[in-house]
Amino acid sequence: MSYIIDRRLNDKRKSTVNRQRFLRRYRKHIREAVNDAVNRRSIKDMEQGERISIPRKDLSEPIFHHGPGGQRSIVHPGNKEFHQGDRIARPEGGGGQGSGDGQASNQGDGEDAFAFEIDKQEFLNFLFEDLELPNLVKRHMEGAQTFQTKHGGIVSQGMPAKINIVRSMRQASMRRRALTAATRRRIRDLKAEREALLQQDQSPQRQARLQELDEQIAKLERRVERIPFLDTVDLRFNHHVKVPVPVSRAVMFCIMDVSGSMNQDMKDLAKRFFLLLYLFLQRNYEKIEVVFIRHHTSAKEVDEEEFFYSRETGGTIVSSALKLTRDIINDRYPVTEWNIYAAQASDGDNWNDDSPACAKLIEEELLPKLQYFSYVEVMPRAHQALWDHYQNIMAKHPAAFSMAQIDEPGEIYPVFRHLFKKRMEDA
Amino acid sequence: MSRYLSEGSDWDFELLARYDEAIADIAHNKYGLDTYPNQIEVISSEQMMDAYSSVGMPVGYNHWSFGKQFVEVEGRYRRGQMGLAYEIVINSDPCIAYLMEENSIAMQALVIAHASYGHNSFFKNNYLFKTWTDASSIIDYLVFARNYIADCEMRHGVTAVEETLDSCHALMNYGVDRYKRPSPISAIEEKRRQREREESLQKQVSELWRTFPQLQPATQLREQSDTFPAEPQENLLYFLEKNAPLLKPWQREIIRIVRKMAQYFYPQRQTKVMNEGWACLWHYTLLNDLYDKGLVTDGFMLEFLQNHSQVIYQPPFTAPFYSGMNPYALGFNMFQDIRRICETPDDEDREWFPEIAGSNWVETVKFAMESFKDESFIQQFLSPRLIRYFKFFQIDDDDRNDYVEVAAIHNEQGYRKVRDALAEQYNLSIQEPNIQIVRANVHGDRALTLRHQRSSGRPLDDDSAREVLRHLHRLWKFDVHLESVENGTVVSHHSMPPEPAPAVSS
Repeated sequence: MSYIIDRRLNDKRKSTVNRQRFLRRYRKHIREAVNDAVNRRSIKDMEQGERISIPRKDLSEPIFHHGPGGQRSIVHPGNKEFHQGDRIARPEGGGGQGSGDGQASNQGDGEDAFAFEIDKQEFLNFLFEDLELPNLVKRHMEGAQTFQTKHGGIVSQGMPAKINIVRSMRQASMRRRALTAATRRRIRDLKAEREALLQQDQSPQRQARLQELDEQIAKLERRVERIPFLDTVDLRFNHHVKVPVPVSRAVMFCIMDVSGSMNQDMKDLAKRFFLLLYLFLQRNYEKIEVVFIRHHTSAKEVDEEEFFYSRETGGTIVSSALKLTRDIINDRYPVTEWNIYAAQASDGDNWNDDSPACAKLIEEELLPKLQYFSYVEVMPRAHQALWDHYQNIMAKHPAAFSMAQIDEPGEIYPVFRHLFKKRMEDA
Repeated sequence: MSRYLSEGSDWDFELLARYDEAIADIAHNKYGLDTYPNQIEVISSEQMMDAYSSVGMPVGYNHWSFGKQFVEVEGRYRRGQMGLAYEIVINSDPCIAYLMEENSIAMQALVIAHASYGHNSFFKNNYLFKTWTDASSIIDYLVFARNYIADCEMRHGVTAVEETLDSCHALMNYGVDRYKRPSPISAIEEKRRQREREESLQKQVSELWRTFPQLQPATQLREQSDTFPAEPQENLLYFLEKNAPLLKPWQREIIRIVRKMAQYFYPQRQTKVMNEGWACLWHYTLLNDLYDKGLVTDGFMLEFLQNHSQVIYQPPFTAPFYSGMNPYALGFNMFQDIRRICETPDDEDREWFPEIAGSNWVETVKFAMESFKDESFIQQFLSPRLIRYFKFFQIDDDDRNDYVEVAAIHNEQGYRKVRDALAEQYNLSIQEPNIQIVRANVHGDRALTLRHQRSSGRPLDDDSAREVLRHLHRLWKFDVHLESVENGTVVSHHSMPPEPAPAVSS
């Protein structure tokens, strides 16, 4: 007797827990691989899964087994030319680990690394693990487009499609019991009296009383039956309410120096930094806008393409970009409604007289409005005046301002992590 | 209406039932195969991967190593490096076999014959399975184990449970009593006894490790022998479960669970060749019978035979993808050969196998299936003809020489040597290092000493031995020593925590 069962609709993801346990255990390796991937990948495909490869010896599950050496006999199939007593030079590594089925020796070579894929979401999780946006406080209620329909309890008015049958029946049952309680009690008493009478001897009075009782009981029972089984007052309806969903949104200002001293390599470094920041913001806010501001001696708001790829020359006045940022904020992004982040990338060059002005601008006009301002210098050389002034700001506003220097692509991610690592005291 | 059960390659549930019925009819009525009832489950390829990575257990506890396996299987399957095996069958009553929905009807019929009648009857009748496993209670026990471990994770944290499991897994191959017959496990019984055990076990252990002087002479019943345990213990996990000084009751229970799993899988490790060979013999025989009865089409048979010959292909040792003996090939050919010896014996067979030549083949293969394990099966039934067929040759590898020597080939002088050597290759007690617990220093520093008995000069793999000792140390929690002994002298020594100089206590 056989039973044939269709199990195809059962849960497919029985191994999910085990898989997560595995990822958790090898977090260190995976994070290294993610780290490498960030530096290697082009910016466009940052949001993809990644193939992770872990040295096999690191995830071995050890058991006692024989090492090479000693005397052993192994039987192989497929003899073509050997005769008994033939001596053959010992093959390299082969046949050595013949622990039973000889699998170790032959498959060993190609599988030194254990490779598997993690998906996009897992990739990003590892990428931004332990990172935190500073000052992630401002959440703005925006009522206009987002409502969520939520269960709003049970009400007694509504349309037929939303009748809650169980609650309605329960209500009806309660009502019937409540309304008939007194009558039913009376019936019980009368029946008891009737029983008692039946025990007595026959007599005209008893017969009369019995007759009377029967009539009363019948009348009361009719009254009970007249109570409607289900009444309009019993009906209960599921209620749904529209709740406005708080929308958190952020705007990110990318400010980059495009003067003659910034070459394409430096721009690429800056671009990677901006991109990481963008991905990171995206995970924390539902709505993100990006404003690109490029500057040399004067600043201009541009689109992404122009921002990264068109060339300009000339001197550098950083404050022009900062002023433009301030103007755009005042113009379009009211502080009460937006979380504002700014990231500036530059080679550190600035018109010397301009640096104090920049510091003043940031401190007095920008920082009060911003959640966070980060500055990266993409130039492997001695710092200039701008750096010194910014350092003063950082000393005064450690929670809202940070800066770092990036020399080569490999440093972007560590620097990014450094700028956004979880700050315990902020929590 | 054609007499065929079906034409074309599509299947539906009704058709599966018809094939199952036809196969069952032949298996039970013509050949008298004794099977558990069958439960045939149709699953998708994702579910097959799940089943794969939980070593075929339908319910398993959670552990990262299963996740690792899943990740690997999934990756290789996605990249097309690996087809999924089309059969997973569970030694349970009823016997559960999985069919993958992507397969054609010919493949489904093959799997039904192979798993639900071949493996099934093997599970029910082979002496090792009868002795070591209890098919009726395994599923219940797995559920018990899963819930217990999940419960421990809630109470003691995932990490603590994981560490204990890691250590147990490292010693899993040493969690089996090779010689004592185990008592069957039953889930209800297990649960009832588990709580009792938790309490009484802890009491016993405390008694063993009592450090206060005994005040009342009456309690001094335990014999104060100088060595504990009195005899070497081969079942390391059992010893730890009962005697490790500082384990919590729940950790002892986890050791027990892993031990029971090891015991459940122990017969499978010893009968790979026979089990697969038996199943192949029957899918081959049963489907051919279907064809002879005119129930299946030529196309069906072609598809079946193509798959069959892939499964039982044995690449020669020179092939780039050679990885040792294919148990399907060896097992199938041996059973077929037994049938041939019974049906059409020649002089050589009469000389080598006088007792089975010319006998009833069904009775003979059944006897072989029921009463042997791989090692003894090969020793008994590998015929010269098969040795010639496979062109077996034996290589002797002695690390004292810089060459390897061909000790025997498929000729008159070589048959017996090749057969002995091949049988030996399937002897678990030779393939696995012989390691036993010889001493627990009860009255001193509580150090535990294990002895590895070297045979044929084969050393332990040092790196993995160190790792396993680390796990052992985690369970024992005091010093652990492992000494390799050859001809009565200690030739190498490991300790955990590591010691600068080899120190052998008293």
